[in-house]
Amino acid sequence: MADINLEDFRAETRSWLKENFPASIVGSAMGLGGEAEESTKADFETWRLRLADKGWGAPTWPTEYGGAGVGHPEARIISQEMGKLGAFNPIPILAGMGVTMVGPTILEYGTDQQKEKHLPGIASGEIRWCLGLSEPNAGSDLASLSMKAQDDGDFFTLNGQKTWTSGADISQWCGAVVRTDPSAKKRNGISFVMLPMDQEGVTTRPIRLISGASPFCETFFDDARADKADLLGPLNEGWSVVKRLLQHERQSQTQARGPGGGSKKPSLPELAKSYIGTDENGVLADADLRVRLINHLMDSEAHSLTVNRITAEAKGKVEVSASASILKNSATNIAQAKAELTMELMGSQGVGWEGDNYNQEELDNVREWLWGKAVSIYGGSFEIQNNIISKNILGLPETTQKG
Amino acid sequence: MAALTEEQSMIRDQAKSWITEQAPVQKFREMRDSGVPARFTPETWSAMIEMGWTGIIVPEQYGGSGLGYLTFGVVLEEVGRQLTASPLFASALVGASAILLGGNESQKQSWLPRIVDGSEILTLAVDEGPRHAPSKVALTAEKTESGFRLSGDKTFVPEGMTATTLVVAARTSGEGEQGITLFIVATDAAGVSRKQVNTVDSRGYANVHFDGVEVNQDAILGDLDNGYDLLDAILDRARAGLAAEMLGTAAQAFDMTLEYLKTRKQFGQVIGSFQALGHRAAGLFGQLELSRSCVEAALQAIDAEAENIPEMTSLSKAKVGDFLHEMSNQLIQIHGGLGMTDEFDAGFYLKRARVLEAAFGNQSFHKNRYAVLKGF
Repeated sequence: MADINLEDFRAETRSWLKENFPASIVGSAMGLGGEAEESTKADFETWRLRLADKGWGAPTWPTEYGGAGVGHPEARIISQEMGKLGAFNPIPILAGMGVTMVGPTILEYGTDQQKEKHLPGIASGEIRWCLGLSEPNAGSDLASLSMKAQDDGDFFTLNGQKTWTSGADISQWCGAVVRTDPSAKKRNGISFVMLPMDQEGVTTRPIRLISGASPFCETFFDDARADKADLLGPLNEGWSVVKRLLQHERQSQTQARGPGGGSKKPSLPELAKSYIGTDENGVLADADLRVRLINHLMDSEAHSLTVNRITAEAKGKVEVSASASILKNSATNIAQAKAELTMELMGSQGVGWEGDNYNQEELDNVREWLWGKAVSIYGGSFEIQNNIISKNILGLPETTQKG
Repeated sequence: MAALTEEQSMIRDQAKSWITEQAPVQKFREMRDSGVPARFTPETWSAMIEMGWTGIIVPEQYGGSGLGYLTFGVVLEEVGRQLTASPLFASALVGASAILLGGNESQKQSWLPRIVDGSEILTLAVDEGPRHAPSKVALTAEKTESGFRLSGDKTFVPEGMTATTLVVAARTSGEGEQGITLFIVATDAAGVSRKQVNTVDSRGYANVHFDGVEVNQDAILGDLDNGYDLLDAILDRARAGLAAEMLGTAAQAFDMTLEYLKTRKQFGQVIGSFQALGHRAAGLFGQLELSRSCVEAALQAIDAEAENIPEMTSLSKAKVGDFLHEMSNQLIQIHGGLGMTDEFDAGFYLKRARVLEAAFGNQSFHKNRYAVLKGF
């Protein structure tokens, strides 16, 4: 019976999308980066509003907070049907860290007032969120963070610095982990606060990366204020909130996204053949690269099968699971290997920085390759994930915590 | 584990408890030490028949339960965990697949019930040299007045000494994939001679010599001269099943290693508290999870008669092969000197691993096949 209902849902979804998705922006999800032509800007906005009204920006959230109140199987169907029509959901991008991380954590830890205040703005894509987690001296060892929050009655006064805050320069709100009790032991005395970015005490400075892009900022807090009403979870017990938040982060990073993953682009074997050529039997004319390409494709297929298997075993419930660390590391390996292999097969055309000697695909891959080095560092580095696997899944003793 | 049906879960639980109680690796050790020529214990084999495992892929009308390949894989995984020796894989999976895929109605009625009740042990004789190369069949089957005459040699035939009947890939014409025909040949036919080969895993393999063996027309399985696709389809069932057994062997090796990491103490602490070993275990566990997905997907593809069976079986055999290779080496390494002793079981897993890797195409065979199927 459930399957029949899902098929009905699929049919309804398809017809709603056909009726409401503006044909002028088919397949142009990339226009979200602000490169949209003036003529289609209005259509982007119309589409966002219709999606938000339908609750499909964050479909699994309750309807009273801007979601559609559907289950994960239905959410998958919405995304599958969008893909088929060249439609897309811009809201998770517009909301920054809102839909994937902050929202689910507010749903779990927030008071009713906090949910009412913050969730609808995220679900409609109107409010972009950033996260203040890492500090210059608190990266993998996040619990050693030192940004201070002083109790000043109705609000906290914040002083310190965060770094690697994605999109801090364009966000309206920030969720930050801060130290509210300096006398407590490391993991105690931490709280999670939410604050508006548009205030005098907050300044941001974009960080230029090796890829040339600046998706991250350093964010400075100089007597900035966070309302007490925006404390998420209990005072001094923010570490459990952060742990949950980071689990949501890992979960959102379990898909292997390599450069050139779009369906319009040639597959990696096709690309390899076009640069390298084949022997008389159609076999790629570089025996060593061929084997490594095979290993990569097999890893990639094994990863997708594992995502499917874990989803099937969860019987439709996509929960934050211990397997997220395994999948994050596996996705990282695949994405990085793909960029490296692409670069290698392109030979001297694969190492261009800019200029007309290189085509767009070649230049894009170089930037993807450089950017991709971050994947094994952010969201808990490759090594931190291995710590989590060995301790939480395999039950081996903790070795990294001292004090 | 995949989202198993209730019946599959029941069979897995039954297999797990029976094997750990009645046919654990200790039984394999006793079998090896006894030097029994069959290379398996008759009581073990009888019990498997009794429990219905020989009929898992055989439809009910031929005396089986028709539960499919994923169910068979679930049992083979448990078999692989304890290195339980028997002709289960060779006969009830490979032999039965050959008849199911290639047999006409009368062949099915004749062979399948006897595979299920254990009165026949069927095995596939395909390889002729040290490397698995099914298209390079050289054993000839010459046309005679009443049928065919087979001459040539087969190597590395699983359960070759105890099999009652062989499915033999022979060349009736042409070269390469063209002109191959499969024949059903009794091992007691005049001109068949068998020689036990003593593999490192102490299991039953034989080389078989065919000296002008006469068979009649009815011995053909499938089509004359066009047997390659059938052979490849049978081999894919064999590979997918073997991969399930390999997954079990690797999973057990992982569990043994993890247990040791939690109990062995050096420098005043359990060795699993050293990050070098914790990270190694984490990496191996990730590979185990990825391998399991491939193994199950290949078996599911076969059950669904999907079009991508060849890709999925090659993916499965290659991925689990790479993992088993690494895992069996780490099993020894992490157990240190203990792992080197015959008294401890680790060596059995290492030895069995390499034989399983070599059977029906090793990792490089399947990686190449996967790439060819993908067009590069």
